[in-house]
Amino acid sequence: MKISVSMLALTAALGFATAAFADDKNVKLGVLTDMAGLYADVGGAGSIVAAQMAVDDSGLAAKGWKIDIVSADHQNKPDVGVNISRQWADQDKVDGIFDVLTSSVALAVAGVAKDKNLVYMNSGAAASDLTNSACTPNTVHWTYDTYLLANGTGKAVVKSGGDTWFFLTADYAFGQALERDTTAVITANGGKVLGSVRHPLSSSDFSSYLLQAQASKAKIIGLANAGGDTANSIKQASEFGITAGGQKLAALLLFITDVHSVGLKIAQGLQFTTTFYWDQNDGTRAFAKRFAEKMKNHQMPTMVQAGVYASVNHYLKTLAAMGANPHDGAKVVSKMKETPTEDALFGKGSIQANGRVIHPGYLFQVKTPEESKGEWDLVKQIATIPADEAFTPIAQSTCALLKK
Amino acid sequence: MWGKRLNFRVWIRGAALTRRFLAETTPSLALRERAAHQPSLPMFAINTSALFGQLLVGLINGSFYALLSLGLAVIFGLLNIINFAHGALFMMGAFCAYFLLNLAGVGYWGALVLTPVIVGAFGIFLERTMLHRLANLDHLYGLLLTFGLALIIQGLFQNYFGSSGLPYAIPPELTGAQNLGFMFLPNYRAWVVVLSAIVCFATWFAIEKTSLGALLRAATENPALVRAFGVNVPRMITLAYGFGVGLAGLAGVLAAPINQVRPLMGADLIIVVFAVVVIGGMGSILGSIVTGFALGVIEGLTKYIYPEASNTVVFVVMALVLMVKPAGLFGRAS
Repeated sequence: MKISVSMLALTAALGFATAAFADDKNVKLGVLTDMAGLYADVGGAGSIVAAQMAVDDSGLAAKGWKIDIVSADHQNKPDVGVNISRQWADQDKVDGIFDVLTSSVALAVAGVAKDKNLVYMNSGAAASDLTNSACTPNTVHWTYDTYLLANGTGKAVVKSGGDTWFFLTADYAFGQALERDTTAVITANGGKVLGSVRHPLSSSDFSSYLLQAQASKAKIIGLANAGGDTANSIKQASEFGITAGGQKLAALLLFITDVHSVGLKIAQGLQFTTTFYWDQNDGTRAFAKRFAEKMKNHQMPTMVQAGVYASVNHYLKTLAAMGANPHDGAKVVSKMKETPTEDALFGKGSIQANGRVIHPGYLFQVKTPEESKGEWDLVKQIATIPADEAFTPIAQSTCALLKK
Repeated sequence: MWGKRLNFRVWIRGAALTRRFLAETTPSLALRERAAHQPSLPMFAINTSALFGQLLVGLINGSFYALLSLGLAVIFGLLNIINFAHGALFMMGAFCAYFLLNLAGVGYWGALVLTPVIVGAFGIFLERTMLHRLANLDHLYGLLLTFGLALIIQGLFQNYFGSSGLPYAIPPELTGAQNLGFMFLPNYRAWVVVLSAIVCFATWFAIEKTSLGALLRAATENPALVRAFGVNVPRMITLAYGFGVGLAGLAGVLAAPINQVRPLMGADLIIVVFAVVVIGGMGSILGSIVTGFALGVIEGLTKYIYPEASNTVVFVVMALVLMVKPAGLFGRAS
């Protein structure tokens, strides 16, 4: 008891100390992502480029701010991600952690960010748990989540007659969350889930799983996986005559780099949900052009990379409004929640009390080879999901922060 | 002798466990009766056909394991090098096919012949410039060198082509599929099994049954003596490495239309392939071929029965085999 009282006193003293350095304009951002694995094109080097672009665009350097970016590869392993975040907090004095795709890592890092009182802006992971059961005062979840994907693609497919499903699920936090959220949408809309098979993350051969999906006779094979896993599933499904046999694929999470990698011939007609596409408007096109020029493989930005840009942008804007960096994650995050979000990529939005960023989502369809006019002219928009329907309604969120 | 008895006992225990598991998990009597009354016994029919399907799929994956582990076995048997760069070279094979198509307009069939030669030549370059300097040192040095090379090659490809990979279509002659009743067999996969079986057999025959093979084997046993007969042993060793690497390149071309052509495609496979080599017996040609196909099938069955374990089953088998036969199934104890 005594110790905790003295700890409190110490924290209070430290609080005063930071308040004393009111003109501290040093900021250190950490981009934690998959640099060399199956999600490296989704985030990876592109996330660092996006973060740097947001820093450059903020114009804060000219106003006396010193903003550094560090980055690290979490290898899609929660333990590695946790170790790096701890080291960033303890030794490198990082203020905020960005990107963190791969839900299993994202959930683990959320705990560290809370313990160390960092700003945690996740724009890469999908699990809706981040702003529900696992929410913290330090988390802001940008870009998308499994609730959006389920409500976007899942609902559209069930409504168009795809009422029996079989899931091909990546066997970790993300795949399970996506299967759970999509199942809820399917049953709510009168559909039925006939079965599912869980495959290890980063598999190269899906034929066994596809055969099981084929045998289930479900109308829809829901791919609750991502990145290279989705690309390989789609390619091999076409090889095994799944689509020719009358079953349809529903790629619940599809990134523009996956479509590019599979090719339009095989991917054409697939519907998927996204919150950002490079060819949406002048703002996104201008961003994408600058982005691609900085990338070694000249790829277009994915929604995750766009989310990194937008979240860094909002973070720096908030800091600038505060006048100095308080080095207090929860304080900055609560300030960010008060500030409406606005950027060229996602438009106007807001942050809910549970940390969920609210903006519209879009249903896209992969173009046919004839429709495409260039290497990255891959998809077309078919529907908009309004911001107030895109994410978990705040009344349904299970986040403990909301219980007063 | 002891090993066989132990195996047998394990098998009996396993069977008993399976029976108990089935008894506990089978649906209740009422459900079973209802199923029996249904005219078109779907339960059983689907299960056997699915099982055949999984066996065949396992065989297809096994043919990749066999081709890759064969190359490793040749290289280890003849050069005593644990070639960790094998996965990277496999990946280069797939990329080579992609570039031949997109830059030089050479299609799949041309790539099938040219790629092993190109990748093999790259292997020869590696052997001449780096690996042969380590010939008389501990295995560990070769392992470290090739592992480092693999990381560098993969890193370079990843840097320039990203991680999601590039598309490579199935050649038009091999598109389509056969309906075998129990499954839909894509023509291309059938071709992969047939071609790799032929290549594996030809390699085994060349090394174990021909005079050239005999010379090669003699050169690894006692290079000085073979040299005394006027044979250029270093050149032979170099060519053997080139051949082993060429096999990896060939497997890469075969894999290109199935997987994405991506920098990590080899890294994902290589660990399993090493397990295959260890189970088969280091350096045993026949062992690597048989084990490659067999493990593909075992893995296929696991994907059907308990998919969550499909990544680990190969290593469980490896541990069991090493406990009973430390030199591997086909290896000679040294």
